[in-house]
Amino acid sequence: MKFRANLVIGAVLFAGVVIAGIFAPWLAHTDPVMDANLMYAEEAPGSEFWFGTDAQGRDIYSRVLYGARISLTVGIVSQLINTVIGVCLGLSAGYWGGWWDDVVNGLTNMMLAIPSLIFALAIMAILNPGLTSLLIALGLTNWSFTCRLARASALSLKSQGYVQAAKVLGYGDIRIMLTQLLPNMLGPIIVIGTLGMGGAVLAEAALSFLGLGIRPPYPSWGSMLSDARDQITTAPWISIFPGLAIFVTVLGLNLLGDGLRDILDPQARTRRA
Amino acid sequence: MEASYGAIIMNNPSADTILRVEDLAVHFPLGGGLFGGPRRYLHAVDGVDLELKQGECLGLVGESGCGKSTLALTILGLQEPTRGRIVLAGHEVSGDGMDRKARARIAQMVFQDPYSSLNPRQTVRRTLEAPLRLHGITTASEIDERITEMLGRVGLRPDHAERYPHEFSGGQRQRIGIARALILEPKIIILDEPVSALDVSIRAQIINLLLELKETLGLSYIMISHDLGVVEHMSDTVAVMYLGRIVETGGWQSIFTNPRHPYTRALISAIPDPFKRSRGDKITGEIPNPLDMPSGCGFHPRCPEARDICRVPPVPELEKIGASHFVRCRRVREIAAPDVPLATTG
Amino acid sequence: MSGQPLLEVENLRIDLDIGGTRFAAVQDVSFTINRGETMGLVGESGCGKSITALALIGLLRHPLKIGGGTIRFDGHEIQNLPASEMRGLRGSRIAMIFQEPMTALNPLSPVGRQIAEMFVLHKGASWKEAESLAVDALASVRVPAPERRVKDYPHQLSGGMRQRVMIAIALACGPDLLLADEPTTALDVTVQAEILDLIRELSAAKGTAVLMISHDLGLIANMCRRVGVMYAGKLVEERAAEDVFRSPSHPYTGGLVASLPLLGARARHGRKRLREISGVVPPVSAFPKGCRFNPRCHASTDRCRAEDPVVTALPDGGFVRCHYHE
Repeated sequence: MKFRANLVIGAVLFAGVVIAGIFAPWLAHTDPVMDANLMYAEEAPGSEFWFGTDAQGRDIYSRVLYGARISLTVGIVSQLINTVIGVCLGLSAGYWGGWWDDVVNGLTNMMLAIPSLIFALAIMAILNPGLTSLLIALGLTNWSFTCRLARASALSLKSQGYVQAAKVLGYGDIRIMLTQLLPNMLGPIIVIGTLGMGGAVLAEAALSFLGLGIRPPYPSWGSMLSDARDQITTAPWISIFPGLAIFVTVLGLNLLGDGLRDILDPQARTRRA
Repeated sequence: MEASYGAIIMNNPSADTILRVEDLAVHFPLGGGLFGGPRRYLHAVDGVDLELKQGECLGLVGESGCGKSTLALTILGLQEPTRGRIVLAGHEVSGDGMDRKARARIAQMVFQDPYSSLNPRQTVRRTLEAPLRLHGITTASEIDERITEMLGRVGLRPDHAERYPHEFSGGQRQRIGIARALILEPKIIILDEPVSALDVSIRAQIINLLLELKETLGLSYIMISHDLGVVEHMSDTVAVMYLGRIVETGGWQSIFTNPRHPYTRALISAIPDPFKRSRGDKITGEIPNPLDMPSGCGFHPRCPEARDICRVPPVPELEKIGASHFVRCRRVREIAAPDVPLATTG
Repeated sequence: MSGQPLLEVENLRIDLDIGGTRFAAVQDVSFTINRGETMGLVGESGCGKSITALALIGLLRHPLKIGGGTIRFDGHEIQNLPASEMRGLRGSRIAMIFQEPMTALNPLSPVGRQIAEMFVLHKGASWKEAESLAVDALASVRVPAPERRVKDYPHQLSGGMRQRVMIAIALACGPDLLLADEPTTALDVTVQAEILDLIRELSAAKGTAVLMISHDLGLIANMCRRVGVMYAGKLVEERAAEDVFRSPSHPYTGGLVASLPLLGARARHGRKRLREISGVVPPVSAFPKGCRFNPRCHASTDRCRAEDPVVTALPDGGFVRCHYHE
């Protein structure tokens, strides 16, 4: 097995963030919300506060760790929702064609015409800000790309001999879609899913930064960035570390996605020279 | 006037007919309609009558655009016919006559390309097992037995069942495809160019296998092929198609030693003879655009024997000119029969 | 007709690089083609016939490259010719047509222009002259209404027409040698016959030598004066066309001939079970030791498994590579 830098580095980074999130209670030094001591406000990084403290005197290191939980939850869950919607719509549209394909295409075109972040913003403005609303907003607005992908894969796969054979053997349409088509198109979908997770993390950061995502005092990396706006020049570490955390997570997910794409490439046909 | 082939099939079905196709047509609508002018139709299959007898192999011959693949897909239920009847083993299947599962137990297909006809993510076992389960055979021991038996019949070993398609050669994959087609014990198999995608040196293995299986399992075949040598070797009866119609049909001997339709003769003489340099009847030109079907006999623009009578509608009937030999040509009796067999070997 | 052969290939070796290891995909291949002669190269996938042709015209690209031997064209060695000089030969003196015209023709350029290019590049004609020469070229390959067809794009033509265009491009400058790699495999049988006739007549009229490559033994035997049979990268037999079918020397050729259902055989002798050749064609990375055909040969002995046979000249011309040839 060749050493695939993308895959390994991406996996390590992503795993690091996951571990930070899962073990936050044990790795953190303080409670991210409650332990706020104005005495230690805006302290630079040092031996006691590894990443320094923010304007409220909270330990940034602990807040970044807990923030991982939120970002990962949003990233993974919302992308999962996106993938399920996209695959269901795209796969069935590509396989059945006809009027259903027209409907799905129309829907997808509409979704693509609206910038997803604005759409999510609008939804968040209607719903009460919070984690669940965030998941709904992001989960319902980012499925277009997966849908297109699933549809294109379905179109190209449905004329393969084994799909026709399945029909001739008496398989029903749903069974064919699930057992013959889906397993053979997973590769690109997983890759897009991984990359989409990175996008979701960024979207959450943006929304929280704008005050429409996770509200303070809960430690979301985005809201931490928002809080740090006034202290950018005086206490830059307050924005640097959450920003770095976002960067590392998204970079890790992108590299992971890239690496997965390399492995999951359809098996090369037996080459006949 | 001798009865037409279609009338004979409809009125005198013989007892051992396992597949009957009556006046089958498949027309694909293309463009036109509402704002684009008159609706245009592609007559992929244009009034085909066929009869397959139990235990027989019917060779379906023709060049691209003749409709042989569409015909096969329609018989299997993968394509809706525009008109006509299909009767499979006594059951009428056109329209909503029969659902997919019931049809699957009567007619199956072996596909042309062994590299895309197997699901790359499934082991051989899963590929063979799933249809059994779907059709109600669920006991592990019975499934095992059937799979092992079927693999043996196609010349593979039981341990091959645990492997994935990419671990096999083209010929072996084709064998797996044959095993899959047989696993439900159908009566009719449609073979779509079963050996054209295989290396020349292994074609004989598959041809011999298919003939053996036909004998031992009592199968009936419809074999689609452009390779006339293979068709002559394997078929009992032959049907030649051109532009969606059967232009000649008969026993293999009649077709190959006494072809009467100019197109059939052109096809046979187009095969390069390894022992001679010369060629018999030549036809020129290309297969016409099937959207613009020539009037009357569709072959007249390329036919060396065409006269005015050939261009006039209606389309000529498939007429009987010998025992089980039918030709769709108004001038068939005037065109001399070949006095020398067109193809010779050594 | 000058006595010197037009093309002499001696001990050609072509290497294939798979993941860092070099395999000899073609080895010890030697043959000659005289001026105006039609020679056939027949074999299955992986035998090396196509890459041999590519080597002759200098179109081998990584991971393939010529690993040894000489190719002498009209007396000059060309296997090591620099790219610029090879370009001068290509098209004007050696031309090639391929199996799939759709990929060999530029889809964005009218066919007339693609033919005209040949005259401009190799004969120094002006575009105006070249375009009228292109119409003549289309007429010579029997394309009806050539003055209208010159404006068509490849996708507007049928497969047979595209193949004719490719032949027109190839023969435009009157090359001495035409390499035809499975030119009719993708075509319908009746169109195939016409294209083969066309190649036969044009090459006779212009004195062009032809190297015809195919997996179809019958086609090759019909079209060519002499036939070379390739298996696993080596030329195992080279004979006059009629002899290859009537009295094949090498067990592989014999096996092929016996395994093919030839038209007319059943009418004569009844249906006989076809004689099978067991096994599969070996991949380049795993050519057998000794005689490469030995695992599949019904008559192989220990000697066959250990020793790769050398070329033995046959009494009626040609040669075979087998320890126990007929």
